[in-house]
Amino acid sequence: MTGPVLRVAGLCVARGGRRLVEGVSFDLAPGHALILRGPNGIGKTTLLRTLAGLQPPEAGEITGAEEAAYASHADGVKAALTVTENLAFWAELYGRELDSAVLTTFDLAGLAERPAGTLSSGQRRRLGLARMAAIGRRLLLLDEPTVSLDAASVARFGHWLAEAHLGGGGMAVIATHIDLGLEAPALDLSAFRASAEAAPAGGDEAFL
Amino acid sequence: MRALLLRDLRLAVRAGGGFGLGLAFFLIVVVLVPFGLGPDRALLSSIAPGMLWVAALLAALLTLDRLFALDHEDGALPLLATAPLPLEGLVAAKAAAHWLTTGLPLTLAAPLLGPLLALPPGAWPWLLASLAIGTPALSLIGTFGAALTIGIRRGGLLLSLIVLPLYVPTLIFGAEMARRGAAGLPIGAALPMLAALTLGCLALLPFAAAAALRVNLR
Repeated sequence: MTGPVLRVAGLCVARGGRRLVEGVSFDLAPGHALILRGPNGIGKTTLLRTLAGLQPPEAGEITGAEEAAYASHADGVKAALTVTENLAFWAELYGRELDSAVLTTFDLAGLAERPAGTLSSGQRRRLGLARMAAIGRRLLLLDEPTVSLDAASVARFGHWLAEAHLGGGGMAVIATHIDLGLEAPALDLSAFRASAEAAPAGGDEAFL
Repeated sequence: MRALLLRDLRLAVRAGGGFGLGLAFFLIVVVLVPFGLGPDRALLSSIAPGMLWVAALLAALLTLDRLFALDHEDGALPLLATAPLPLEGLVAAKAAAHWLTTGLPLTLAAPLLGPLLALPPGAWPWLLASLAIGTPALSLIGTFGAALTIGIRRGGLLLSLIVLPLYVPTLIFGAEMARRGAAGLPIGAALPMLAALTLGCLALLPFAAAAALRVNLR
């Protein structure tokens, strides 16, 4: 897998009409990952949502983020469906077949036929992460992927990310506070904190 | 789109999915009406088409707030919105799933309930036809309302206030078509108007609902 570089230039993002960070610029080449760091509320989630296209940037440009897949704090797991059904749905939505190796990779093989509502929060999180493998997108935007995972699962996930995803030419932007065991540069967003007196974002038209 | 439609249908028939809730509500309302009005056959048969339509409309309304709220609660909505499926397609699949689990069962059940309201047998095909043509508009309008009220906790009442006035034209022409059919009158403009409403909703509302979703997902 090779493809365009993710390029972010002078990006400014806002949440609820208030600018959080501004002037964020970075390039991300295929096969590389970027770790977002910074204190709570600095705008890591908002930056990821903007990269995912869920909200427009206040200023700046994003190119090469077309094939992005976003994973939020919540896993979007359907409690009434089994683990396999959950993954198969996402795979089909992205026009792919579910590869059963995904279940093994994330240690879900023994849970495959369990309704997702009966999983523990760590197991559900593994299912949420397995979704990223099942849909096979080039650019992963991961928001706190390791919440409620035990150490072994974190290592397993870090290994998948480094070997299978980045090794296959994928890219990842990860907001996390812990060490995933990745060789990746970190970007501390507190250096880009928006100045407090920045003008609020327009009126109704800007909102729409 | 097919994947999403199948998932929503599957979720609807699983535990807690709500399939049959609307239908059960419809049955109960229609059964209650003769109890409230007494056994006057002439009265019942004259209000039957309108009554069945109002009951169908309320039953469709009852199941609307689950449409996006469940996906919003468990965080699936932003994930769906970033999938390759355009938001308009997502909305259309949701509306189709709602119709298949609510509008279609109501349509099929309505003629069976006709005898309870002393509806003459000659009116059944017209009732069936009017519901079959009209209920997709109810699902589409409801999907738009549900997209507007995502993220409002306990937004069901607000949703009803938004959606019910929008249901008025469909109700008028749908009930009129069924009433004329029941009375043996020519159907006239009611059928083309009802069909036009449904087609208009089908053409426009997925885009409106997708725009509402986009704003609400920020």
